[in-house]
Amino acid sequence: MAHALRRPSVLPGFNLALGFTLVYISMIVLVPLAAVVVKTTALTLSQFWDTVTSPRVMASYRLTFGASLIAALLNTVFGLALAWVLERYEFAGKRVVDALVDLPFALPTAVAGIALTAIYAGNGWIGQFLEPLGVKVAYTPVGVLIALVFIGLPFVVRTVQPVLHDFEAELEEAAATLGANRWHVFVRVILPALAPALLTGFTLAFARAVGEYGSVIFIAGNVPMVSEITPLIIVTKLEQFDYAGATAVASVMLLVSFALILAINGLQSWNRRRYTRTH
Amino acid sequence: MSIHTDRITRRFGAHTALADVGLHVATGELVALLGPSGSGKTTLLRIIAGLQQPDSGRVLFHGADATHVPVGERRVGFVFQHYALFRHLSVFENVAFGLRVRPRKCRPADGEIRERVDALLARVQLEGLGARYPHQLSGGQRQRVALARALAVEPRVLLLDEPFGALDAQVRKELRAWLRSLHDEMQLTSVFVTHDQEEALEIADRVVVMNDGRIEQVGTPGELLASPASDFVAKFLGRPRAVRELTAA
Repeated sequence: MAHALRRPSVLPGFNLALGFTLVYISMIVLVPLAAVVVKTTALTLSQFWDTVTSPRVMASYRLTFGASLIAALLNTVFGLALAWVLERYEFAGKRVVDALVDLPFALPTAVAGIALTAIYAGNGWIGQFLEPLGVKVAYTPVGVLIALVFIGLPFVVRTVQPVLHDFEAELEEAAATLGANRWHVFVRVILPALAPALLTGFTLAFARAVGEYGSVIFIAGNVPMVSEITPLIIVTKLEQFDYAGATAVASVMLLVSFALILAINGLQSWNRRRYTRTH
Repeated sequence: MSIHTDRITRRFGAHTALADVGLHVATGELVALLGPSGSGKTTLLRIIAGLQQPDSGRVLFHGADATHVPVGERRVGFVFQHYALFRHLSVFENVAFGLRVRPRKCRPADGEIRERVDALLARVQLEGLGARYPHQLSGGQRQRVALARALAVEPRVLLLDEPFGALDAQVRKELRAWLRSLHDEMQLTSVFVTHDQEEALEIADRVVVMNDGRIEQVGTPGELLASPASDFVAKFLGRPRAVRELTAA
């Protein structure tokens, strides 16, 4: 049986490596998640359904997944621009900018959330200019979006940068000798080569945004039906000792996230199968 | 279309890659730039193509100054040593690339593109492989795709940078003879760079021997072998192949 599932390899230690991988991923990922699902079974099916489809919870799904999607898309566009600037140009302070990109990783999310709230609130540095224009950021879904853009920034930059770095200059030169202008070179030659990295970065930014809690709850204001994210609903239920309800909502989030990530990875490997070099 | 370079000089920092290089390539000629690595032959080819700018001197195409004409408007076909094919595009789309990026008003219709690409694939003996991707081809096939792609834009001159350098000896020999016959058929002014003297002497009408940023001698293969102008030329043409490949690699 085992031999049908594995291809012959010159590398020894397949059984050990596979065994270790499975044990590790079980302990770190699968067991805790299984506990979530097990806890949910305390509910009957109709209780479960009522919990996960109540209007307030449904509104939170829309906000969480919608804002995460938009934030990941924004991060894809601007992350690409940032990676491009960092790879293609030399300028004073480049290393500082490069280091700043990672800051959202390192900063405690609560700090980020409080800072963003202070800046975007009606009397904050930026908020005071937006308020007269009728734009409210703090305590609205826009605030949620801004927090998610902030924490998702590094992913696309860091996945695209190395690909851009290794990109063969000859491909651009070849396109230029064939009469392609800069726009064509970018769209038809460079962008397709970056596509897998962009997709990976998008997925990571999206996954991070869906699960984000700390930075969002300060700036969101958490108005039910308007600016309340799903992770907050889960925490609220926990605080009310509604463990089964909390895990029910968590299971739905888990399922949707897993399905989305699986779909994107599928797209990725389809894309890779078409283009990869097989020397 | 003739090519003329007029006192081309190019420096990289303190290193002089080309010093006062003047060269004339007549219409329909196949010329080899031959020399060891670092002799400036690739730099000269890239300056002719417009991929690099000379510090001083001029490039003339058919008597007209092309020194400041951007690479995309020079209508040169350029073939790279490592093919530089677009991995995400099929063979067909690689060849069609130069036609598809034309401004709308001079872009051929889809049907015409198909006809022209198919004709080019036939010309480089790759009929029926249009749907493949570059990674599914051998090195020799890839280089022929690169050649078809360069020819698709109807270049005025064809420039090849060590076109067979990445191929094994057997394929290299075959492609060499094939390139010569293709040139006889098309009569396209062509310049190719090589460090392999056998390759240069076998297929070029004239060979330009370069050393240290200068032209040592220009002549037909017969002239070079019969009367080398300097010790360097005599040595470079005469050294056994295996030794030279070791030092040039």
